[in-house]
Amino acid sequence: MSAQNVITTPPLEPSQEIPGGTGGGKPARPGRAGRGSRSAKETLRLGNILTTLLLSVGAIAMIAPLAWTFSTSLKTKDGVFELPPQWIPDPFVWENYARIWTAGPLLSGIQNSLIVACSVTIVGSLASALAAFAFAKMRMPFKNVLFLGLLSGLMIPFPTLMIPQFTIFASIGWVDTLLPLIVPGLFGNIIMIFFLRQFLNSIPDSIVEAARIDGASYLQIFWTLILPAIRPALAAQFILWFMAMWNDYLAPIIYLNSPGTQTLQLVIANFNAQYAIQTDYPLIMAASFVALLPVLIVFVVFQRQIIESIALSGSKG
Amino acid sequence: MSTITRPRRSRLHRKEHQAALAFVAIPVIGFLLFTLFPLLFSVYASFTNWNGISAPVFKGLDNYTKMFGDRYFLKSLWNTLYMMIGIPIGLVISLALALAMNRKMRGTTFFRTVYYLPVISSIAAVAILWQWAFNGDFGLINQGLALVGIDGPNWLQDTATVKPALIIMAVWKGLGYSMLLYLAALQSVPRYLYEAAALDGATAWQQFRHITVPMVAPVTFFLIVTSVIGGSQIFVEINIMTPTGGPEFESASIVWYIWQKAFDNLQMGYASAMSVVLGLLVFVITFIQFRLNRRNQFSID
Repeated sequence: MSAQNVITTPPLEPSQEIPGGTGGGKPARPGRAGRGSRSAKETLRLGNILTTLLLSVGAIAMIAPLAWTFSTSLKTKDGVFELPPQWIPDPFVWENYARIWTAGPLLSGIQNSLIVACSVTIVGSLASALAAFAFAKMRMPFKNVLFLGLLSGLMIPFPTLMIPQFTIFASIGWVDTLLPLIVPGLFGNIIMIFFLRQFLNSIPDSIVEAARIDGASYLQIFWTLILPAIRPALAAQFILWFMAMWNDYLAPIIYLNSPGTQTLQLVIANFNAQYAIQTDYPLIMAASFVALLPVLIVFVVFQRQIIESIALSGSKG
Repeated sequence: MSTITRPRRSRLHRKEHQAALAFVAIPVIGFLLFTLFPLLFSVYASFTNWNGISAPVFKGLDNYTKMFGDRYFLKSLWNTLYMMIGIPIGLVISLALALAMNRKMRGTTFFRTVYYLPVISSIAAVAILWQWAFNGDFGLINQGLALVGIDGPNWLQDTATVKPALIIMAVWKGLGYSMLLYLAALQSVPRYLYEAAALDGATAWQQFRHITVPMVAPVTFFLIVTSVIGGSQIFVEINIMTPTGGPEFESASIVWYIWQKAFDNLQMGYASAMSVVLGLLVFVITFIQFRLNRRNQFSID
């Protein structure tokens, strides 16, 4: 094999100069492939090892702050300041995870976050799906104008709207309740409408028309045909929206003052402000980790759907 | 719905129109109530002196002229733009990561998950842990630097390092997202392009430069637009990590300043004017990007 290579290699060079590789190119090509296959395999393997190594170093950098949070959450108050740092806490102080529940309104924070995120995503997803159905499969006047109008709303940053929104909700006495966080979301989400509409475009119009001829109402068609058809897209968008609501911070900090109404993200931010003075870092880190955990679990469980839908959203956007 | 009065429309069509309009009514009403009306009100309030409690008093362009003499506003605007340096850095790293993960080898799914974890993590929790990581004496970053013999600064208290610190954190958090989009784009590049280029004797760098980069250009464009829009609204990290706007106002962002003026100082008219400027800025950037993108697409074709 190697001897053959030595022979076939020299004629390869001139044949390469000829674009298109006529005549001399043909016998040369298998020879080149034959030579390449062994060294190429080796470089490929070496490349894979190097890439894995580099990616591993990167992965450590990505995971280190999160791991450090967890590790710190299990340390004693003094263990935090030990040099060299302890990566594995000594001793393990699981009590930190018991202390956080009485150290601040963490439980009501979780409840409030759940109330906001669940009500908004469940009702809002239905509203969005209905609208997406109408935009994708039904005839109506001003369809494009309405859709483009809604889309243009995406270009307006929330900070530009937050001051009037605040005064509207203040005038009806909703400040320091969860309602200003919930009510706007109940009307649906334009990003979700956009992606569900895209998804519905791949479903033939004829199924809707056939159901119409059979006498089904549009609501019946939505429930029995459309909703099951868009389930995968709906689920992925639902999860993404849920995570966004769970992690939201700017809207809650504007509206919520009293500890009992605060969402989880505000509660941990207050933990941070309050206990940093007492240098009780294990407590802060334990609370932060509790706030991180639900979304991490949701992500790991629904990883494939989430990643696929995000990859899709980029290529469509 | 009163618009459907043309007699030639069949009953069937009219019913369809009514049902469709009813279905889209919910988001449209939401848009009018919570986007369009607040937007118009913001624009109106930006021309007034208003504390959010008593009625706004019309002041013409006062707020806008005041803004461009306001040292803090200009500083926060500059800080916000400065922190966008992280966007190109993040894009280059994430493209490199995507190229690495596009190889056929074991463990890529695992790496993808790990790199994606910061993206889905709550920004508040992430800001808290990075504030701790940037601690001058006991933080993870300085302990890491100490291993290679560097005496790290007190990141968040130092005027020279507070913005780089926030940039590092933003890059760390956003890397997984752009990596994922690049990976999806790379996987859709037809293999024959590379095969043809290899036959023509193109080096790996030439293939990257003339096939990969143009083929992922739409994703690059999408990422730049979304990151600029997101970056112009940076707030949570600053609110948590540097609650007072950083040493000498070095990390105050525009949204942070709007928030402080509106809800701490109750200068809602002035804050509205700044928020309108922010909205215009986002609009202009998006618009320019769309124009540039259109030109790019023609040159690829």
